[in-house]
Amino acid sequence: MSHIATLIPPQAPPAAPPKPFTAGRFFGNVFMGVWLALAVGVFMLIVNGWDPEKFAKYGPNYLSGLGVTLLLVGVSITLGGALSLPIAFARMSKNPVSSWLSAAYVYFFRGTPLLTQLFLIYYGLGSFSAELKSLGLWWFFRDAWNCALLAFTLNTAAYQAEILRGAIESVPRGQHEGAAALGLPKKVTFFKVILPQALIVALRPYGNEIILMIKGSAIVAIVTVLDLMGQTRLAFSRTFDPQTYIWAALIYLLIVELLRNLWAWLDTRLTRHLKR
Amino acid sequence: MSGFFTAIVDAVSAFLGVVDPFCGPVGVFTLFASDTLLACGAAGWGDEIAFGVLVTASLAIATLPVGLLLGFFIALAKQSDEPALRRSANIYTTIFRGLPEFLTLTIVYYGLQILVQNFMAAIGFDGQIEISAFFAGMVALGAVFSAYCSEVLQSAFKAIPRGQYEAGYALGLHHGRTMQLIVLPQLIRVALPGLGNLWMALLKDTALVSVIGLPDILRQTGVAARVTKEAFAFYGLACLLFLVLAFISSIVFSNIEKWAKRSEVAR
Repeated sequence: MSHIATLIPPQAPPAAPPKPFTAGRFFGNVFMGVWLALAVGVFMLIVNGWDPEKFAKYGPNYLSGLGVTLLLVGVSITLGGALSLPIAFARMSKNPVSSWLSAAYVYFFRGTPLLTQLFLIYYGLGSFSAELKSLGLWWFFRDAWNCALLAFTLNTAAYQAEILRGAIESVPRGQHEGAAALGLPKKVTFFKVILPQALIVALRPYGNEIILMIKGSAIVAIVTVLDLMGQTRLAFSRTFDPQTYIWAALIYLLIVELLRNLWAWLDTRLTRHLKR
Repeated sequence: MSGFFTAIVDAVSAFLGVVDPFCGPVGVFTLFASDTLLACGAAGWGDEIAFGVLVTASLAIATLPVGLLLGFFIALAKQSDEPALRRSANIYTTIFRGLPEFLTLTIVYYGLQILVQNFMAAIGFDGQIEISAFFAGMVALGAVFSAYCSEVLQSAFKAIPRGQYEAGYALGLHHGRTMQLIVLPQLIRVALPGLGNLWMALLKDTALVSVIGLPDILRQTGVAARVTKEAFAFYGLACLLFLVLAFISSIVFSNIEKWAKRSEVAR
């Protein structure tokens, strides 16, 4: 009769089989190397070209440019959102005239580049200065900032109207019928049943629209508004330092990434009741 | 032999001259605007603007295959098993989706020039090198397009069930053939609406190249507007031309979608 007197000491797990060196691994390492080299290059460019004098001179300009960009986008998104409501409802209405008119509005502003719309308002309406003066509207159209704001508001209103319409129409018909069967009035049905479901669908496109507007707002630099891009161009034209564009790129990337992550968080937070 | 080629070129240009929708014998500007600022030839701006439309359309059409191919490979890289490949593809899309298109274009136009200049100087060639605005526009717009395209294709890849690949392997097809014969035809069908939107965005983004001096629609109408002081009419015309391009592409896309769905069961 024998019993086990000693335990087998714990053994190390067998060694992992060697990973084959595939083409994917090779290209992955090459591309990571390229990105790393680019990052180091950009870093060295900033470090080597560092000039406290320039930074003190143009740093505040960048901040004010950033403020201009954010203000322009914020105001035009808000005003555009307000303007998009009547357009979306006109588009969904059974009246052929209003539905056709808003469809034409949306088609025009979504089918043409924002830059062309901006030029049409700033230079195009600017050529009617005599008529605008007699109407007392010249003070508005004289300023590039106002024209940019108007163009962006009209543009984003068209996009937001489509987002809103798509979201409202994505709510299934049964929701309307269910509310009607409960005897809810049309208004209560809309605000308490349809809209909450539609806005969840619309959340992601709204976030994309804000990001698109922030990126699109860079073009106002062409009509002499000193936003972030405008300040960058000004700084570059005075210093001929490639750093200026790198700083702008970093700031834009930072804003867009912040916004994207904020929106992803909002999305998971607001749809947590839909998770199974 | 060269005479043969010049004959072909002459015949093609004569044919294009006849079917030219703007300044040909049955062109819009020739028929309806011969006495206005839009007349063709030296009298008006018709032929310049027609050239602008050609430049815009050819830039967008030249960018499309580059962006599509690059986007396809980035989408593949994003779902590869190799973390380094996935990470580098994600860095690419983060950068080109996050930067404003105008900034990308500016950086590519001036940055590429400096890079090529330095590279050529390093290998012992010192001369002025100029990157053409068309090429810079193609690179910048292609980069932006491929970043968005990879996202569209990636979500389309996710819509194709694993069983489709397995069926391909069970039939004895290797990976490339499975991709080509089984996955790609379905991928195109799923991705087409998204790609259509991207094409529209690309068409609109081409307006930005007017800033770096390429004579596209906006540049040509802008020059005409400054010379004639008829800014509203000419920028309105630019909007109209972009709308026409968008309208034509929506017709083309709906036809492609019909073609892609030809084998689907009618619902």
